[in-house]
Amino acid sequence: MNQRPDLDTAHIAATGAPAAAAAIATAVASAAAEKDATPAAAPAKQTSVFAHARYVISENPVTGLAFGLFILISMCAIFGPWIAPYDPLASNTTSALQPPSAKHWFGTDQLGRDILSRVMVAARLDMLIAVASVALVFALGGLSGTAAGFFGGWTDRIVGRIADTIMAFPLFVLAMGIVAALGNTVTNIVIATAIINFPLYARVARAEANVRREAGFVQAARLSGNGEWRILLTQILPNIMPIMVVQMSLTMGYAILNAAGLSFIGLGVRPPTPEWGIMVAEGAGFIVSGEWWIAFFPGAALMLAVFCFNLLGDGLRDIVDPQRRT
Amino acid sequence: MIRQIGKRLATTIPSIIGVIIVTFLLTRVLPGDPAAYFAGPAATPQAIEDVRRSLGLDKSLPEQFVRYVTELSRGDFGKSLTSGQPVRSDIAQRLPASAELTLVGLIISMLIAVPLGMAAAVKQGSFIDHACRMIATAGVSLPVFFTGLILVYVFYYLLGWSPAPLGRLDVFYSAPPHVTGFYLIDSLLAGEFETFRASLSQLILPAATLAIFALAPITRMTRASMLAVLGSDFVRTARANGLTPRTVIVTYAFRNAMLPVITTLGMVFSFLLGANVLVEKVFAWPGIGSYAIEALIASDFAPVQGFVLVMAIMYVLLNLTIDLLYGVIDPRVRLEG
Repeated sequence: MNQRPDLDTAHIAATGAPAAAAAIATAVASAAAEKDATPAAAPAKQTSVFAHARYVISENPVTGLAFGLFILISMCAIFGPWIAPYDPLASNTTSALQPPSAKHWFGTDQLGRDILSRVMVAARLDMLIAVASVALVFALGGLSGTAAGFFGGWTDRIVGRIADTIMAFPLFVLAMGIVAALGNTVTNIVIATAIINFPLYARVARAEANVRREAGFVQAARLSGNGEWRILLTQILPNIMPIMVVQMSLTMGYAILNAAGLSFIGLGVRPPTPEWGIMVAEGAGFIVSGEWWIAFFPGAALMLAVFCFNLLGDGLRDIVDPQRRT
Repeated sequence: MIRQIGKRLATTIPSIIGVIIVTFLLTRVLPGDPAAYFAGPAATPQAIEDVRRSLGLDKSLPEQFVRYVTELSRGDFGKSLTSGQPVRSDIAQRLPASAELTLVGLIISMLIAVPLGMAAAVKQGSFIDHACRMIATAGVSLPVFFTGLILVYVFYYLLGWSPAPLGRLDVFYSAPPHVTGFYLIDSLLAGEFETFRASLSQLILPAATLAIFALAPITRMTRASMLAVLGSDFVRTARANGLTPRTVIVTYAFRNAMLPVITTLGMVFSFLLGANVLVEKVFAWPGIGSYAIEALIASDFAPVQGFVLVMAIMYVLLNLTIDLLYGVIDPRVRLEG
């Protein structure tokens, strides 16, 4: 590092540390040269990632299929209320319990509501719960895991103990307990789902931060006067982001399943709100009398969504971390 | 060996302490007034105050915790508001139903997943391998309550092979005399084969639902660990020495490949105990899961707390058993300690 002072200053300039302002003219010049070099390098790198992504998709058409499904689900989640053929809440007793037909593709439920419309509109709530809980657990688990791996010592011990305690519970059971204690609302389903995923995120982030705590670029940042927290946020965190994004995609499916399971047993979402878990629960009673479509279509939507996120997660992992391919 | 067990037992103590603290915190610290909960919705402020005093909720948090732990050590889990029974007797009465369901589900799952995973590893890249991968990916995506409903539709409504999904035993039969609480075992002990057949036919669908759910992780793990073992030096040596493929696979590879699978069982149990709750709801199974759901819906907190505690302690003990079993199966683990 001593032989390459220009690299250090370039690093300061790149991280935007205040010290850069005081850098001597030559260093600024070399830093500028470094900056000039970056845009030229960036597109080349991007194309390679893009090419790699295209390679992965062409190699594994299932990932492409999953991506198509993902777009379909996102469309339903965003535009659901506008593209649904009927009002998801409008009941019409004259057309109750009709099997799938040209008029009602997925049939109607006991109140005559159109199931296709309900399934489409429900996508938004289900995705919202999953995305919110994954974002929350990323903020909680990702950050505390990174801090644990980077600082070690007491931080590590406390985060590790919290993760161990959560892991000592069967996770779905813990989620039930949390929702019961916090109160029966959708927000608390999000919180409970985030908490039971905490150990997973904390452990991955910890392991990834731990290998990098003494890496060259971290020592360089430290030598150029960055504080520990600053290094954590500007050096470590961006570097473990790709792994964490894969983790998020892999746990999305689990988050959807968990939230739907909770609403299936009657927690969180209340009827008549369209949500896949509660729609399956409403249709469960009609299965024994042969009206399969009420529970089947929301259940199938749920299954496809989870399937899609699992496949996407695997595909993303192949792109980001080819060594862990199975 | 005994020192090893002692050491492992010592590591469960922090887990159990953590579990007790969390279940305690779940009622006491979080928003909402437990006294108002326990007094019921129609209680007057005076009644709520009385309940608060009788539950010790007017004391400081550490004092409450000590009280909670002493009550637990006496086996007192509180009373259910809806049934009026002590939670402990309710849970004790319903636990065998859940345990029977979970264990039968796990056994079915192991019987299918282990040979499947082995076949997939031995014939890597073959049709079986692809089928195995399909099952592993599809299995983790299937919501367990959805699988259960599909099975009910196909086997009860369409084919009429299985009885109505309403509990452990058809109303025409009476429960066998209580010995273990497992209907399958109790009915055999009493020599009531007709009851055995009836309870088996009720059990098979929910157990199959759980089995499908557990299939994915066990198959995946068996395949991965079998592949690792088949690539190892001792298997190559065994093959080079001219042992039959059967001996190599069954005697040499299988035993070693099972070790990581047993470790995974801990994780599988975590999922199974959760999935159990959903399956019990679908099949109206009178176990502790459906007990907890009923209590949850009625905002009856003592049974939920008891349920979470019992499940967590069972899970900790299961993990302990798995680790000890590991020592019995693999002598190397014993020697290293």
